[in-house]
Amino acid sequence: MSASRRMLAAIVAMAVLLPTSGNVARAQDAGARIEIKAHGFGVPELTVPLGTTVTWINHDDDPHTVTSTANVFRSPGLDTDETWAYTFTRPGTYEYFCTLHPLMTGKVIVRSGS
Amino acid sequence: MSERVDVDRRGFLKCMAWTGTGLLWSVSGGVLSSRLIGAGAAEAAESPGAPATFSFAQISDTHIGFKGEANRDALATFEAAVARIRALDPKPAFLIHTGDITHTQKAGSFDIAREGLRSAGVERTFYVPGEHDVYADGGAEYLERFATGRPGRGWQSFDYGGVHFVGLVNVLTYKAGGLGNLGAEQLEWLERDVAGLASSTPIVVFAHVPLWAVYPQWGWVTDDAAQALAYLRRFGSVTVLNGHIHQIMQKVEGNVTFHTARSTAFPQPAPGAAPSPGPMKVPAETLRDVLGIREVTYAPGRDRLAVVDASLA
Repeated sequence: MSASRRMLAAIVAMAVLLPTSGNVARAQDAGARIEIKAHGFGVPELTVPLGTTVTWINHDDDPHTVTSTANVFRSPGLDTDETWAYTFTRPGTYEYFCTLHPLMTGKVIVRSGS
Repeated sequence: MSERVDVDRRGFLKCMAWTGTGLLWSVSGGVLSSRLIGAGAAEAAESPGAPATFSFAQISDTHIGFKGEANRDALATFEAAVARIRALDPKPAFLIHTGDITHTQKAGSFDIAREGLRSAGVERTFYVPGEHDVYADGGAEYLERFATGRPGRGWQSFDYGGVHFVGLVNVLTYKAGGLGNLGAEQLEWLERDVAGLASSTPIVVFAHVPLWAVYPQWGWVTDDAAQALAYLRRFGSVTVLNGHIHQIMQKVEGNVTFHTARSTAFPQPAPGAAPSPGPMKVPAETLRDVLGIREVTYAPGRDRLAVVDASLA
């Protein structure tokens, strides 16, 4: 494999592996929304079709994060009324938690097909 | 014996909570005991004035950057806490900050805390982090600013006036579903750290998340604290100072006394008294009754350190 081909392969691999974190622009309008309230994710287990953008909004006075346990995505700290969105482009089960309050956990299940 | 003394102290604390006044903790011959803060020099008569008597202050959960409904001006209450420390007489030898220095690690928050505490007129402040200080970057900024040169991931120990102080870090390994955690490396360090000490050495441990199971349902517990306490069991006097829960609670287990401190920013509900932990709104005129600082005094030859909490009212 030539150097340029190797480079191309690397770029393709990166494109596949890199999460589209915080990407609201590509949201389907059928995006889902998860309310964070009283130290809990409003929908602890959510099933969505591939390509769905899920938006989390924090209603607590405490900041929270939406952090994938497998390091697939990681929101910044969401202060009161702040939102964060992530578009799921691969099927699978995504478990997440709040790094400030690790007892807060949730799961998004992404089905292939739409 | 010590149990009885402590019951008395509990009654005393309760009494103080009723009046909204604070207490000062003192280290006396190893174990904490309490006295009323605010009456100033009057209590000083309690200590014999031995040259080796010293006090230090504890501040906790300053949450610099907090702007929620529970306290619209957390900077003002922080400054009030600093003023309280500045006014302590005798002057504390040093200050410990038991974490949640900042609310969300926003740029400049650590500086505000550090500058504020420098103006308290206390020579040195020893910090341990809370989860709010490390969650955004895994602790990189905190460790660089406050823990350079320390072993492991920022834990520390030092001796002062015959007392051995240990600052533990239990917020750096939060995992999904997890709790405060010290980790094997820190536990091994602790075991070595205290191995050479005489059992008569008074020990003060400070850390953010309580080292006893205050309320595991809300994560108010450190899951491997029992191992740490096992290394400390042989000591005649162990005082554990924590923050995190923004309210005064205490417990005695053999020679170990546990104390949690108030915040300077906002109170939290009593365990189980609300659907969830978090900032609790109280009537504005009573807010400063539930915020505060703490002073701890050690007097050689006494059995207890005197621990006194002072509200900001």
